[in-house]
Amino acid sequence: MKPFQIVMEPLARIEQELKKCVKCGACRAHCPVFSVMGREPVSARGKIALARAALAGSIGLDSRTRSDMSKCLLCGRCVEKCANDVPTDLIVLAAREAVARKRGLTSFHKVVGLLLRNRGLMGKGALLASLLKPLLFRRVPAASGLRLRFPLPFVGGKRSVPALAAKPFLDRHPEIINGMPGRPRILFFVGCMTNFIYPEIGEAAVAVLKSLGCSLIIPEDQQCCGFPALSGGDTTTFLQLAEKNLAALERHRPDHVMTACASCGGAFHRMYPRLLAGRRPDLAERYRAFSDRFVDAAVLLEQLGFAPGGVRDRRNGRVAYHDPCHLRSRSITREPRALIAASPAVEFVEMKGADSCCGLGGTFNLYHYATSMEINAAKISAIRDAGVDTVATGCPGCMLQLADGLHRSGERVRVRHTLEILASTLNAR
Amino acid sequence: MLERSVIRKLREIVGNEHVTQEKQDLVCYSYDATQMEFLPDAVVFPADALQVSAILHLANSERIPVFPRGAGSGFSGGSLPKGGGIVLVTTRMNRILRIDTDNLIAVVEPGVVTGDLQDAVERLGLFYPPDPASLRFSTIGGNVAECAGGPRAVKYGVTKDFVLGLEVVLPIGDIITTGGGIYKGVVGYDLTKLMCGSEGTLGIITRVTLRLLPLPETRRTMLAIFDSIDGAAGAVAGIIRGRIIPTTLEFLDHSALKCVEGEFSLGIPASARAVLLIELDGERELVDRQAARIDALVSPFGLIEFRAAADAAEAEELWMARRLVSPALRKVNPDKINEDIVVPRNRVPDIIRRIDEIRERYGVPIINFGHAGDGNIHVNIMIDRARTGESEKAEEAVREIFRAVLELGGTMSGEHGVGLSKQPYVTMELTREQLGAMTAIKRALDPNNILNPGKIFPTE
Repeated sequence: MKPFQIVMEPLARIEQELKKCVKCGACRAHCPVFSVMGREPVSARGKIALARAALAGSIGLDSRTRSDMSKCLLCGRCVEKCANDVPTDLIVLAAREAVARKRGLTSFHKVVGLLLRNRGLMGKGALLASLLKPLLFRRVPAASGLRLRFPLPFVGGKRSVPALAAKPFLDRHPEIINGMPGRPRILFFVGCMTNFIYPEIGEAAVAVLKSLGCSLIIPEDQQCCGFPALSGGDTTTFLQLAEKNLAALERHRPDHVMTACASCGGAFHRMYPRLLAGRRPDLAERYRAFSDRFVDAAVLLEQLGFAPGGVRDRRNGRVAYHDPCHLRSRSITREPRALIAASPAVEFVEMKGADSCCGLGGTFNLYHYATSMEINAAKISAIRDAGVDTVATGCPGCMLQLADGLHRSGERVRVRHTLEILASTLNAR
Repeated sequence: MLERSVIRKLREIVGNEHVTQEKQDLVCYSYDATQMEFLPDAVVFPADALQVSAILHLANSERIPVFPRGAGSGFSGGSLPKGGGIVLVTTRMNRILRIDTDNLIAVVEPGVVTGDLQDAVERLGLFYPPDPASLRFSTIGGNVAECAGGPRAVKYGVTKDFVLGLEVVLPIGDIITTGGGIYKGVVGYDLTKLMCGSEGTLGIITRVTLRLLPLPETRRTMLAIFDSIDGAAGAVAGIIRGRIIPTTLEFLDHSALKCVEGEFSLGIPASARAVLLIELDGERELVDRQAARIDALVSPFGLIEFRAAADAAEAEELWMARRLVSPALRKVNPDKINEDIVVPRNRVPDIIRRIDEIRERYGVPIINFGHAGDGNIHVNIMIDRARTGESEKAEEAVREIFRAVLELGGTMSGEHGVGLSKQPYVTMELTREQLGAMTAIKRALDPNNILNPGKIFPTE
């Protein structure tokens, strides 16, 4: 048994934030998980009450508390809507960390932590991919666009996921691609999803930045952003990854650090400053040198004056845009729409509830797959009602979830990253 | 503590997964928006009136207190299980059963969120006007039990003005209906009105029949800035004397303006002492005509500035000052005592002045805003409970405010109810005879005092 103070330290750190909740109940109107499950412990107000009770020692950090804290997508909607600015996302992360300190990480997050910390497995990834592929995947009809099925014990054998990339993105390009002199030097933070599952997003990023004459830096020692570890309460792994990522940035001193994954961007914008400040002031200081250089791909492209090229990719057709939570919560909603709408041969339409969560929530969907897909169902029916050929978004996580939902409901709608749509307008080089 | 046999029977009534005694659940059903906390012994989630009836029947024969609860967003502690017992949550009963476009009636279960009902009827071109600030998360059942109001009350009235009928489970377990889907009816006592605002002490509402209106064609929003509270009050009187009843007449007094302007810089002139937010709704031609007249009607009253919104986006901008009051309040002090007094419309300036005196005398920040059109003012006493003596000082200030309100012919609560939070003051307003009549009704319907006991009435 660990001493109470050590276990509770993550919650004790944010005690003042816990006190800011006045229990008005407004969060009940905005939580996607609450809208499906309907019980108070699921609401932000409920989770904060539980975190307070745990800190006061009146409830235990038992499996029930672990389960309550797992029922959060970290979508940030409650935080945006809270009149008192209560950071429920950070409170949930702190509670998960406290539970992990008390009871150990879940077996799933032990594996995640192991993979993410191990440079040999994660940095290049080819080894990991070739090892896991025959073990974990089997074929489903190729026509769906989801080529493989993933029957892990954590997943229950229902979820469809795309194949791992034959060759991870980071293995495909040199570390530095020089552009025209005087043009910005852009470090591309790739992220695990793009590296292993959707390398085509990375290829699209390379194509559009090249078309602007920018220099590209793709550090081969970049790590996972750390969000998956953090969301399982594994702050130790998160801090290790953060340190390595900051070292990669420092080595190259780029003008911008571009993310094409909303969640990686969310980690850099919200989690790094908040988490590092209390635990690793040295890293917080090093982060500050870059804090205003992190930028989402769509925002950066607009700043750099990207104009879609003349290639008319008819496959895009009628396109709607889904707002990833970790872009919406940073008010990045206009830029991707403007870029997509300006693309030739694209008929852009706004769909209903474009800014509602797709239900993925990182590891949330592994623990609560049925709820995740119930949240997703509203999104799928909005896509259907919009009658589109393509749904675009700025987060590979959302892409995975949207593709799964569309596959399950038999919809033939393509899911593409904003960058893929933009790249499809450029002349092949 | 509940006996095992009671829990077993509750499980038989509602099913295993709808009864809980896990500590995490007890914690999460121990509070409401008052921030008071009382742990229940069990929480049950019945699915229909028959289950509610069986639960109350059991509780009545075993003498176990039952506390009905909707979203738990009340401001008076009405749903809190003080003293322990069973919290009965109505949110599983959340179906809209019928929207009758011929008779302009909606029949709903109590757990329906008010805003969801509004959306559903508005899709059919109909309108359910009551709009408490919590409408996006509070339930119809809770709105009826507390008789919720809202800004539109000026023109349309409060929740009880829209309730035509109820299905109610009485504390002894009997299921009755009151009123129904008809607009008139004088056979027997009006139990519908009795239940409205009864704060869950006389019965548990399991079905509500509501009156609807046609959805107004258009809405127009205006903001008028005055150099004195008397000016704003004069303008309110002027508008009504001009035979216009706006949908809403919200005001911010100088204390609220200072608070919002200090925090958010909305460009409200420094000489402003009161702001009126005026909204009209109805047919376009009528609203246009009325809007033009309102400008003229308010200008003699020390008007500094008049702004009219051209579209919905501009209307939202005008509402900004009002919406930002609550977030701005928190910057003043962490803890809020939130009262919702009412005085006759023309006594608003008097009560504002009395509150100014009380603020000076006690040295606590008090910020006023609310519904000028019906004299319902939200008085927010901002304190820091961590500082010694502050809670006591605030309580004394509250008592003085209530005294002033009653002298001016008002009431201490227009929308929130008595519950637990106004219980200590209730004898200031209600006479022994009034309380006697009310407790006689309570005793007749709840002979064993098992339904929401310990609320409203003064404790001996």
